[in-house]
Parts: sequence; C-alpha cells; structure tokens
Amino acid sequence: MAITITIPTALRQYAGNNATVAFEAETVGALLQRLVEHYPNLGKHIFDGGKLRSFVNVYVGDEDIRYLQGEATPLKDGETVSIIPAIAGGR
Amino acid sequence: MRTTPLDLIGNTPLLRLTRLTTGLAPGVEVYGKAEWYNLGGSVKDRPALWMVRDGERRGALRPGMRIADATSGNTGIAYATLGAALGYGVTLALPANASPERIRTLRALGAELILTEASEGMDLAITTIRELVAGQPERFFYPDQYSNPANPQAHYETTAPEIWAQTNGRITHFVAALGTSGTFMGTSRRLRELNPQLQALAVQPDSPYHALEGVKHMASTRLVPDIYNPAAPDAVIEVRSEEAFAMARRLARREGLLVGISAAANVAAALRVARELERGVVVTILCDSANRYLSERFWEDSDLIEGAGI
Repeated sequence: MAITITIPTALRQYAGNNATVAFEAETVGALLQRLVEHYPNLGKHIFDGGKLRSFVNVYVGDEDIRYLQGEATPLKDGETVSIIPAIAGGR
Repeated sequence: MRTTPLDLIGNTPLLRLTRLTTGLAPGVEVYGKAEWYNLGGSVKDRPALWMVRDGERRGALRPGMRIADATSGNTGIAYATLGAALGYGVTLALPANASPERIRTLRALGAELILTEASEGMDLAITTIRELVAGQPERFFYPDQYSNPANPQAHYETTAPEIWAQTNGRITHFVAALGTSGTFMGTSRRLRELNPQLQALAVQPDSPYHALEGVKHMASTRLVPDIYNPAAPDAVIEVRSEEAFAMARRLARREGLLVGISAAANVAAALRVARELERGVVVTILCDSANRYLSERFWEDSDLIEGAGI
C-alpha cells in the first residue's frame, strides 16, 4: 500500500524537488527509511546516527508521531505523512 | 526626566560570559549583547523602530494605515509593540507552526494574524503579505524587513556604536546569525569603519531544515534578502541545531542566562571563534530570551543540572 509523504520546502532540493512522494510502508520508520534510501542526500538532514534528529517534526494526518508510537506508528492505506518545518524561519 | 516606552529600545547591556569561557586563552574575552532588554523583548525592536520612523518620514506610513509584514515572531512582536505605542494597526503573515508563545504575544498586543501553511515555511508568508499589500497599497505600510535599508541602518546607528563604546573600541571579532541579515550587515559595516581589522563572522544552520528560529539558510532560500551581501562575512560558521539546544541549556545552567535558540547558536559560534584565539574580544548578539521558547522539548534534557551527577 502506498503512503504519500509531504516534503517541506527546505528539503525538496534533496528529494528531486518533489513536494510529495509515495512509497509502500507499514510504519512511519519504514516509510522514512524508504525515503532516504531513494534520496540518499536527504538522510543527514533528518537522521543522525540512524535516529530521527530530535527537532524533526513528522505527522500522520494531523497527529505528531511523538504522541503516537514514534517511528513504530503503523500506517493505513490512504494516510498522509508530513515532515513539517522545525520552526517557522525568518525573523 | 520622563521616559517613554520607545526610550526602552537600544542601549542594551553587554554581558561578559565568565563560566563558559574558562578554557580560553587568558587574553580572550567573550561578550553577548543582551537584546531582550529592548521594549519588545528582542533585537528586532531596533530595525522595526527605524523602518517605522523612516516610513513616517518618507510619507509611506500615515495615520490610519496598518503596518503589514511577514515575520515568524520577533519582528512581528516589535511591530505590534510599536504599532500599539504609536497608534497603528498591525497585520502579520506567519507560518502556522510559529511557537504558541509568539502567536499569543502577538494577539495580546492586538495584531491581526494571517497564518500560512506550515510546510511552505517563511517563503509563503512573505509572498502572502506581498499579495495583500499589492492589492491595497493605500491601506498598508509594508516595511519589508528583507529589503529595507532602514533595517541594517538601525544596527549601523545603534548596535555597532554601543558595542564599540561598551568594549572601549577593543572588539576584534563580531559574530551574528543571518536572518534578514540586518543585524550582521549594519553592525559589521559600522564596526569595520571604526576598525578595518575587525573580523565579522556570520552564523548559519548546517542544513536548510533546522531549528534555529529566526535564522535563514542563505545557500538554499528562494528569497535571499536584498539587504544581504554574500561577500560581507569574513567567514561563515555552521551551527547544528543540536549544538544550539545544548548551548541554550549550558547558558541557562552554567551562566544563569535564559536565552533563545538563535542567541545560543551565536554563543556556540562565538566560543568556537574564541577557542582559536590567543588574544581578542569576541562579541555576539543574544537576540532574545528563552521565554519565547519554553515549550520547546530540548529544555527537558537534564544534562548540566548542578548536583544531578549521581
């Protein structure tokens, strides 16, 4: 089952300039692994030593995965996963 | 002598860091400009006041008009503060994921907010406010902090001479993060006039995806500020978001200074510069206090708490 993942503007340059991409995955962690396998240059921006960097915000629908089951959060067909900017940027 | 609220902008204290600097060469001093002492609580009061006053002088801002701009927080708080003090309405576009403290502060000061799609970042907030203003130019004054020369001019006329006086002309290195680049551009331009040997070092996040609120990754943004000259910094110092978080905790727990994330990034960079020196006076900007970031999760890390080492 394909899950759509939304890429924030800041990271699109490392993801073939795509705003969204879709991969097959059962969990959020597996989905993000697919993503960085497909776009290796993206890896260091969101992962550090195999773990999601602490300020990377990942949502399933409107829910922050920190309040779900983190990277183990299961995914259902048709759900959208979003990487949201860590902060608003600019002053 | 009567003091008005606007008199509380500028003339901020310059603090010497004493506990985080213990490993440095004896001839090296590190200072931070305590910008949360400004009326609106951040360094942004300076450019906001200069841009508003410049707009009034040029006739671009007239009674009954609203001040409109794109800002994720501190400049918006500065506009909202000045607008309230001077009698102008304020309309701001900002990404919907701006911190709740900032959004509440802006609303408390009476500003009208347009929250833009979070995933599009600051760039969408900028294009949104530009479209709004272009449609009703007689209703809005758009200071456009990214392009307005009054932004760096505020630092040229206030921040730089204050630092020069407060260090008795001894400053050797100025370190500041780039957001609009106004602080860096204006301050370094004046300091170099006063001391052509001055080293001006710009702080940048290690990635376009970062947590340094208020800091712009110049190498990747689609909207490079017009006021920014990429040739101006003598060097660029990259700071990882994790390093800024750790420094924010160290400043709180080792210096008693509760500062924001960009301030912590500045100190992290300043200390890196200072460690390479035998002698020198390194000055950076403590852009705002931690009050606006206390809901951030990184404070929960219990490292560095005195007496916790059991």
